[in-house]
Amino acid sequence: MEIGGELRELREYFKTGKTKSVTWRKSQLTAILDLIHENEDAISKVLHQDLGKHPVEAFRDEIGGVEKSASKSLSCVEKWMTPKKNDIPLLFFPAKGEVLSEPLGVVLIFSSWNFPIILALDPLIGAISAGNVVVIKPSEQAPACSSFLANTIPRYLDSNGIKVIEGGADVCEQLLLQKWDKIFFTGSPRVASVVMSAAAKNLTPVTLELGGKCPAILDSLPNPSEFKFAVKRIVGGKWGPCSGQACIGVDYLLVEERFSSSLIELFKKIIRRFYGENPLESNVLSRIVNKHQFERIRNLLEDPLVAASIVHGGLVDEENLFIEPTILLDPPLDSQIMTEEIFGPLLPIITLNNIQESIEFINAKPKPLAIYAFTKDETFKRKILSETSSGSVIFNDTLVQFLCDTLPFGGVGQSGFGRYHGKYSFDTFSHEKAVMHRKLFLEIEPRYPPWSRFKLEFLKLAYRLNYFGLLLHMMGFKLGLKRYN
Amino acid sequence: MSGEDSQTQKKAVFDAETASSLMKELRENFGSRRSRSYEWRVSQVKALLKAVLNNEEQIVNALRSDLAKPPLETVVYEIGMLKNSCEVILKELKHWMTPEKVKTSIRTFPSSAEIIPEPLGVVLVISAWNYPLLLSLDPVVGAIAAGNAVVLKPSEIAPATSSLLAKLIEKYMDPSFVRVVEGAVDETTALLQQKWDKIFYTVIAGLLGNGRVGRIVMTAAAKHLTPVVLELGGKSPVVVDSNINLKVAARRIISGKWGLNNGQACISPDYVITTKDYAPNLVNALKTELEECYGKNPMESEDLSRIVSSNHFARLSRFLNDDKVSGKIVYGGEKDEKKLRIAPTILLDVPRDSLIMGEEIFGPLLPIITVNKLEESLDLIISGEKPLAAYVFTNDKKFQEQFVKNVSSGGLLVNDTTLHLVVDTLPFGGVGESGMGAYHGKFSFDAFTHKKAVLYRSFAGDSSLRYPPYTDTKQRLMKALIGGSILGIIRALLGSS
Repeated sequence: MEIGGELRELREYFKTGKTKSVTWRKSQLTAILDLIHENEDAISKVLHQDLGKHPVEAFRDEIGGVEKSASKSLSCVEKWMTPKKNDIPLLFFPAKGEVLSEPLGVVLIFSSWNFPIILALDPLIGAISAGNVVVIKPSEQAPACSSFLANTIPRYLDSNGIKVIEGGADVCEQLLLQKWDKIFFTGSPRVASVVMSAAAKNLTPVTLELGGKCPAILDSLPNPSEFKFAVKRIVGGKWGPCSGQACIGVDYLLVEERFSSSLIELFKKIIRRFYGENPLESNVLSRIVNKHQFERIRNLLEDPLVAASIVHGGLVDEENLFIEPTILLDPPLDSQIMTEEIFGPLLPIITLNNIQESIEFINAKPKPLAIYAFTKDETFKRKILSETSSGSVIFNDTLVQFLCDTLPFGGVGQSGFGRYHGKYSFDTFSHEKAVMHRKLFLEIEPRYPPWSRFKLEFLKLAYRLNYFGLLLHMMGFKLGLKRYN
Repeated sequence: MSGEDSQTQKKAVFDAETASSLMKELRENFGSRRSRSYEWRVSQVKALLKAVLNNEEQIVNALRSDLAKPPLETVVYEIGMLKNSCEVILKELKHWMTPEKVKTSIRTFPSSAEIIPEPLGVVLVISAWNYPLLLSLDPVVGAIAAGNAVVLKPSEIAPATSSLLAKLIEKYMDPSFVRVVEGAVDETTALLQQKWDKIFYTVIAGLLGNGRVGRIVMTAAAKHLTPVVLELGGKSPVVVDSNINLKVAARRIISGKWGLNNGQACISPDYVITTKDYAPNLVNALKTELEECYGKNPMESEDLSRIVSSNHFARLSRFLNDDKVSGKIVYGGEKDEKKLRIAPTILLDVPRDSLIMGEEIFGPLLPIITVNKLEESLDLIISGEKPLAAYVFTNDKKFQEQFVKNVSSGGLLVNDTTLHLVVDTLPFGGVGESGMGAYHGKFSFDAFTHKKAVLYRSFAGDSSLRYPPYTDTKQRLMKALIGGSILGIIRALLGSS
């Protein structure tokens, strides 16, 4: 069926009000849990097919996350749906105020290719818990996963309310011509701009989850085991998620010059321990998703000055689309590798005289999705928090903010706007309607014309919620207020 | 837009280049971090409050000149509401600026987390002509409370107020962070080309249609991935049931319609829906109460604003001249083009495809649509675009519930109109065609804030199971850990799951 027709169907279904019921929402969330539980192997398989992801990575980064998110939403959705009571000033007695969360309607979710399962299903969980009908457009650059979603979702979820539409750029274009009540986009800033412009034609609100150059700052850590912990976490944060192809992956590292050689030695050791002597044959590292991305990343190393700065790695396997963990020491700051988001397994180390300079360095670039800072210096921590801006900041670790669903997950500036995870997912797909209930007796007469000085004074007092003054005023006393003539 | 403002010709040309250097200057100033401090924010809010309170007479005069606004409406709605906003900020700002601690789970143990509010940076506020002071300064004070630098572009359609705002802000506020750019389409275009950290735009019904302008703004913002708040409008319906205290209901409809800038307000009741049987009662009640409020000759009443400009006068006249509504006027209908006055006018039984039902009226004309059964009103409203506000007068609990549940709008009132505007604990904003984002009270602070997530971890408690090589034991443990159940973890450690 053509897209316009599918949308019309979804809209009609939404109008029936079925998706607003708690029962429907819970049934769909349960269905997602069933889908995950019954297809763990299948999901690992397609993730391996598209990206060479190891099953442990697949579980840790995708399957486990979806499961947790669905469970949480299932147990909390009723609570989240409860109207929030708001205080109304006594002046309006009797009155009741509340904020009601209602679904926006027909929602479009664009997911990305690097975490193709969770970036489709996690927003879906949010949209469903908020009572919307949904179209998911999985990335065509992860075709096995896209196929999996298109075939499996209709088997578990209500296909009147949730549809998967596959395809490439032309399908995206067609989708963007339609009128949506919300668009949730995960991807690059360039495409985000196109999506937002299209959304503007229908005044469709958007959430944009983008990326950026997420820096890691490594302060002096004299305790050798702490230093080792930090480096391990940085390695895990760089090459662990999809071989560096992650929006919150560590992009580059800032460290003081005097630590660089011991750091590089440690990196080499840890990389060898994690990925073996020949990482190109390691089954633990994801591969690069496709030829286009492979060439893009390889080109970053073409610049001779950049190539000269490689201190570890650099080997590539074009046939299998593998690039080994590669470390560069002080590549030129105006090279592409330092001006664009790398989104690959190359780690530039930038050395500074003093680690405090890292703040200025980071601020010279667009605001990233995350900043990772390894330090025990409390003053430095506070400085980083107050003098830099990013979606999030994590101290002494990498990536784990993804697991903490009480924290909003989203960017700022070039790294995007809007947020999700936990209740934030529910809110992102909801309209918060302000509702005020009044009664038809007990009137405030001075609300109405004809106007008079008495009414004006009354209203001025009312505004200040000066109830005593109001009483006196009504009894004919003035309180020495400024006269209005 | 009408280029009636001759003052723009006297000033230097404000083009893309000027806008760009203004932006650069403000960014540098914002980089100095001075606007982040609590003291700076409080001093600026107090300064704004002083500016408004010490110049009440000038403000009243400017609004009288721009809109013939009755002084009471200026003092109560424009000045009074702004004062309220400032006072709420002064009272609560410390609390709003405090990081919010959040719980962490066993999955990230040991850790602690918080959400830190920080300013977005340099923001643009573009306001409208109908409440030109309030709609300029209310968002501005929210932006300042959140620690941003802000540029205000007041509406050129209220030139006296625009000019006064420029003067007051220059005199009272910190010029390194708060600036006013006056002008019309050219200046607005130049401003919209820049890369802002947020754009807050209040657009009201007009010659281009607020939906159209909203789209233009969002498209410009899309180029720079700038988040926006769009306060637009729509046709805010009032559904009137029978069996109610009709006198009170009529007065509340009147106060929301003609009492708010003579119907030129984004949340004014736009049109009424009631049953065919009840309509005559409603019309009579409205007539009686209108006369009590505005006398027998409302064209002479000083308690009614005039129509803002001849363009808008023509727009409203078109609605009345529409063939489809001829003979439908049951009250009012008088017009005076020279004085830009239109009397409170009620039309009964207008066809749904008439001009007046095709767009937001934004004026003193109140069409009444009649239905056979009151439930039909819900379908009528839902079939249209989501409005900024929806109102229902009823004592029927069941109908009330249906209404609240099924009508999607920015805000909704039962048994009253427009009051939610002054309740700052309720978010004020639209949905769908009526806009996106909200403000008032803490929502204003939030609108101009980035809530930064911060997670603190220690070096203790590192577990090798995070890292490759991945063994079966590690896999089991990891599953248990992500699953977050203590039992699962114990089982995994014991090797039995």
